[in-house]
Amino acid sequence: MQGLTGREGTFHAKAAAAYGTKVVGGVTPGKGGTTHEGWPIFNSVHDAVRETGATASVIFVPPPFAADAIMEATDAGIPLVVCITEGIPTRDMLKVMTFMEGKRTRLIGPNCPGIITAGQAKAGIIPGHICREGRIGIVSKSGTLTYEAIHQLSKQGMGQTTCIGIGGDPLIGTSFIDALRLFKDDNDTDAVIMIGEIGGTAEQDAAAYIAREFTKPVVGFIAGQTAPPGRRMGHAGAIIAGGQGTAAEKMDALTKAGVHVVKSPADMGARMREALG
Amino acid sequence: MLARFGVTVPRGEVAFSSQEAGEIARRLGGNIAVVKAQIHAGGRGKGGGVKIAKSADEAEQLAKQMIGMTLVTHQTGPEGRKVGRVLIEEGLQIERELYLSIVIDRASASPVIICSAAGGMDIEEVAAKEPEKILREQIDPGTGVIPFQARKLAFGMGLASGAANKLVKLLDSIYKAFIETDASMIEINPLILTKGGDLLALDAKVSFDDNALYRHPDLRDLRDLTEEDPLEVEASKFSLNYIRLEGNIGCMVNGAGLAMATMDIIKLAGGEPANFLDVGGGATAEQIKNAFRILMADRNVKAVLINIFGGILRCDVLAQGVIAAVRELGVRVPIVIRMEGTNVEEGKRLLRESGLNFTTADAMGEAAEKVVSLASGQ
Repeated sequence: MQGLTGREGTFHAKAAAAYGTKVVGGVTPGKGGTTHEGWPIFNSVHDAVRETGATASVIFVPPPFAADAIMEATDAGIPLVVCITEGIPTRDMLKVMTFMEGKRTRLIGPNCPGIITAGQAKAGIIPGHICREGRIGIVSKSGTLTYEAIHQLSKQGMGQTTCIGIGGDPLIGTSFIDALRLFKDDNDTDAVIMIGEIGGTAEQDAAAYIAREFTKPVVGFIAGQTAPPGRRMGHAGAIIAGGQGTAAEKMDALTKAGVHVVKSPADMGARMREALG
Repeated sequence: MLARFGVTVPRGEVAFSSQEAGEIARRLGGNIAVVKAQIHAGGRGKGGGVKIAKSADEAEQLAKQMIGMTLVTHQTGPEGRKVGRVLIEEGLQIERELYLSIVIDRASASPVIICSAAGGMDIEEVAAKEPEKILREQIDPGTGVIPFQARKLAFGMGLASGAANKLVKLLDSIYKAFIETDASMIEINPLILTKGGDLLALDAKVSFDDNALYRHPDLRDLRDLTEEDPLEVEASKFSLNYIRLEGNIGCMVNGAGLAMATMDIIKLAGGEPANFLDVGGGATAEQIKNAFRILMADRNVKAVLINIFGGILRCDVLAQGVIAAVRELGVRVPIVIRMEGTNVEEGKRLLRESGLNFTTADAMGEAAEKVVSLASGQ
């Protein structure tokens, strides 16, 4: 965990460990050689990887330093980097995306709740106790709407394989399509709930991918159907600009691709029950 | 700001009074001056916020009409914006009006330059009706704008080679401005070609990345609080994400996605949300109280819907915050609370035993229906 010694980092490191995740140490430059809550702290990600063999990193560092942290983890060759930090400048993410090109690291986020595989492990902040093991995958731009979807599935007697929060920023590491590809190849996942929101065209791109090669049932919801144009709705990426990125165009594209699109966020679980017959 | 990066712009100065406007026009000389209302919204030309004056006296007259007027454009909303200042610019001999902008393309994670020979009025309309007139060039952040890319755009817009070379220089400057100021959009409309063959940015709209303002104190100082909604300004002091809307149902939600979804479900139930409000994942009782104060300051609010999915934020902490806020602020409108997640039973018990009149709901749909009927007085 990068930023393990901070308040949030400590809280979530404990929660992840309690859920069964093997948390092996933290990185806080300048505190190398010390321990925190029993975990060894290193000055650099390279040191941490060499000493612990870590294969994933979760980033909890403040926005001005987060891009640096992602690139350091990438350079250390960590296969999975999850960045929770909200508020990273887009220009910094532009550098990150260029730096990561062609490297073997997968980035999830930033500005996301991370990833959880029900009953096994989590990298991020999704509360473990609300999940239960099952056969539905969830991919979402929004954290609390992911929790809502999990809750609705539970009410329908369905559990999850893996839930991935991809984040609500304009530039993100793992896209809807990347996540759908993983669910496609996962034999334990029977169907997917996809939660998008206004802004950009990632949902339309995902619709094209689904129409082309994704055969498992998908239930979709788009947040922001009533959002006014030109206003940023909380997430940096959630803005309708120049008439582009509206919920209507995204819902239309997904419906045409065969996705079970629900208008009401209250219908995600029930619609999944229907879709599975 | 653009001139600082070498972008050529017309000479001009800002006036706060008609007298000042006249003096500036006299100083600029020439036969023609342009008077432009300075508000933070586009579409001014159509709304009557840009006028041509044939003399300094006329510029003074036009400024007198414009300062203090309320300008309504398709970007201001029906309430419009009050004009506090005008820009007086030298008049130019215009040969052609072009369009130019830089934004970040999310799919390719790179800046993209968008140009069109159809400059002047509504670029959104051009994009919808004649998409072939819109030219795009993706920029590699490692190289910046390469001259051939600028030439490609110039020749695509039908510019002659002299003007094409000027566009190479201009795009280099605009790209620099875009990167160095952490802009999320620079839009120059119109970019004009003068009869003398010069390219000038006649009007520009720049949006900056909120997340990067911490490293640009000079840009932060440009913020004009008088142009913003006072409740939104107040909310931003407490790091609450609040956007005022036109309905009568106040919303308090944690998480931006759930907050948008809550607005959507209110509308589906036949109501109108009064606001978007995301109190964040780790809201404290104090934060909840501030949120309530801001919600209740909007006189249109006839009922409130609280929709919280407690992950990190515990439902009992939320309930305590709501109870304290309602008591302290003397809130009188009906409140519907839907909460789920961590410690939900304890939260519900606190609400029940508070002696206050809360309406609770177990599911989002039920909550929306209840609050809509309460807001309409049924």
